[in-house]
Amino acid sequence: MRRQSMMPYLAWMLLFIIVPLLLVVYYAFTIPSETGNVWSLENFTRFFEPIYLKVLWRSVYLAVLSTMICLLLGYPAAMIMVGNAFTRKSALMLLFVVPMWMNFLLRTYAWLTLLERNGFINVLLSALRLPRLNILYTNSAVILGMVYNFLPFMVLPIYSVLSKIDKDVIEAAGDLGANSLKVFMKVVFPLSLPGVVSGITMVFMPALTTFVISRLLGGGQFTLVGNLIEQQFLVVGDWGFGSAISVIMILLILLSMAIMSFFEGEESEVALW
Amino acid sequence: MVRFLKRSYIYLLFVFLYMPIAVLMVYSFNDSRSRGTWGGFTLKWYGSLFRDRTIMSSLYSTLIIGVSAALIATVIGTMAAIGIHNSRGFLKKLIMNITYIPVLNPEIVTAISLMILFVFARVRLGYLTLLLAHITFNIPYVILSVLPKLRQLNKHLYEAALDLGSTPAQALWKVIIPEIMPGIITGMLLAFTLSIDDFVVSFFTTGSGVSTLSITIFSMARQGINPKINALSTIMFVFVLALLIIVNVRQARDEKKERNGKIGAKKQVSPYALEFGDS
Repeated sequence: MRRQSMMPYLAWMLLFIIVPLLLVVYYAFTIPSETGNVWSLENFTRFFEPIYLKVLWRSVYLAVLSTMICLLLGYPAAMIMVGNAFTRKSALMLLFVVPMWMNFLLRTYAWLTLLERNGFINVLLSALRLPRLNILYTNSAVILGMVYNFLPFMVLPIYSVLSKIDKDVIEAAGDLGANSLKVFMKVVFPLSLPGVVSGITMVFMPALTTFVISRLLGGGQFTLVGNLIEQQFLVVGDWGFGSAISVIMILLILLSMAIMSFFEGEESEVALW
Repeated sequence: MVRFLKRSYIYLLFVFLYMPIAVLMVYSFNDSRSRGTWGGFTLKWYGSLFRDRTIMSSLYSTLIIGVSAALIATVIGTMAAIGIHNSRGFLKKLIMNITYIPVLNPEIVTAISLMILFVFARVRLGYLTLLLAHITFNIPYVILSVLPKLRQLNKHLYEAALDLGSTPAQALWKVIIPEIMPGIITGMLLAFTLSIDDFVVSFFTTGSGVSTLSITIFSMARQGINPKINALSTIMFVFVLALLIIVNVRQARDEKKERNGKIGAKKQVSPYALEFGDS
């Protein structure tokens, strides 16, 4: 009887989630003609022109690179915080989370102030008589922006999985003669894999589809897949092509999630909730 | 020594995380418009921030939409969670999968799909479309905050209420809702925060004349650096920090109370830790 209470929700989701996605698919597979819209694959074949493939390649490349940097920076951080170097762990984690409650745009904008030609970093560098750094509006600035914005997404799931590992298991491995490197490689890392996988997913997906970071830190000419979609809808007005790119993007995400869930243990929901 | 190195590494990461915000805040008091030089202390950027019509009206829109979207999403989402909790099998699985779509879908895809819907249905882009879009991406988070509380609920509580003579409606309002209230409040706060922070979906589903704070910041930042944004950042950061401190102090106090009182009471998860916590 109480099941009826979800009717408004079902109606809402049908209207605002399912129907819009079907519309995206519809626009992706049709092109306008004199007699109305006709079915066609043209929007998809267009995406495989070299100029657009290059955009896709650049997006994947930057997303993979920043995910890897996040992992390399974040894993040791999570390990240290789980360990006994600090006493007030919850306060520490809170400090990690606080910057994330600041508006995403403001956090990205902050790097403009730091990186620009007469910005804080260059003032600091010239005061120390070091060479200036001019990376604003380049790949490096975009990667920096991604790492800055998404690093906590990597640290938190890994931290939460690491902190749940039974200390006795680690001790047992030591008692059985494994050195600390071996304990890490054979015990700790395999056990933390679910956290690593969620971390990678949570960094890779927003990095692949962002258009804000690339627009602000990469400059107006800088194009990632996200920017391409935005242009098709807000500048060019080619909904068909924009929808086709979105469909490709959804497929890419589904593919990477399938690959990830292959590596993931049973605790697949650990990190998100 | 190792301990020192470990600590330094974490401190360095904190420098990386906080330096941009700190620099932004310091420059908001800088009298010289150029960032390279310090022209003395001033509050003039704060003055011009509050006199800026565009910023103030977008702040107003942000709050109006954030509050109404959070409230409506909380009502629909809580009802949905109760329904989902009471359904079984294939139906439950299907609904949960639909619930995860907006959570997992890239934001930009959610944004353009809603934009297509609104234009297709000839709804004028503006306040209404913004509100509908925000409710849409908020509901799943409310459901996902309320469901765990329903799972913790004693199954027989509802039956006991009925046995003691209450109507189903009374049992729901007087027994179930108060029990799951912490989850509902968590969901509502989460929805409000997500709504305020959202840029991508708002950017695509708003029309001319209506702008949220994020959209205004984006269009200002695209034109380069503006000390007014620095002032705005400072205010927002202090506000968020104050909120976090209040929530955490309250939580710590509650925990202390619980420890002194009944033993084994369920720890209430702070909404501000929820997104990343392991509740």
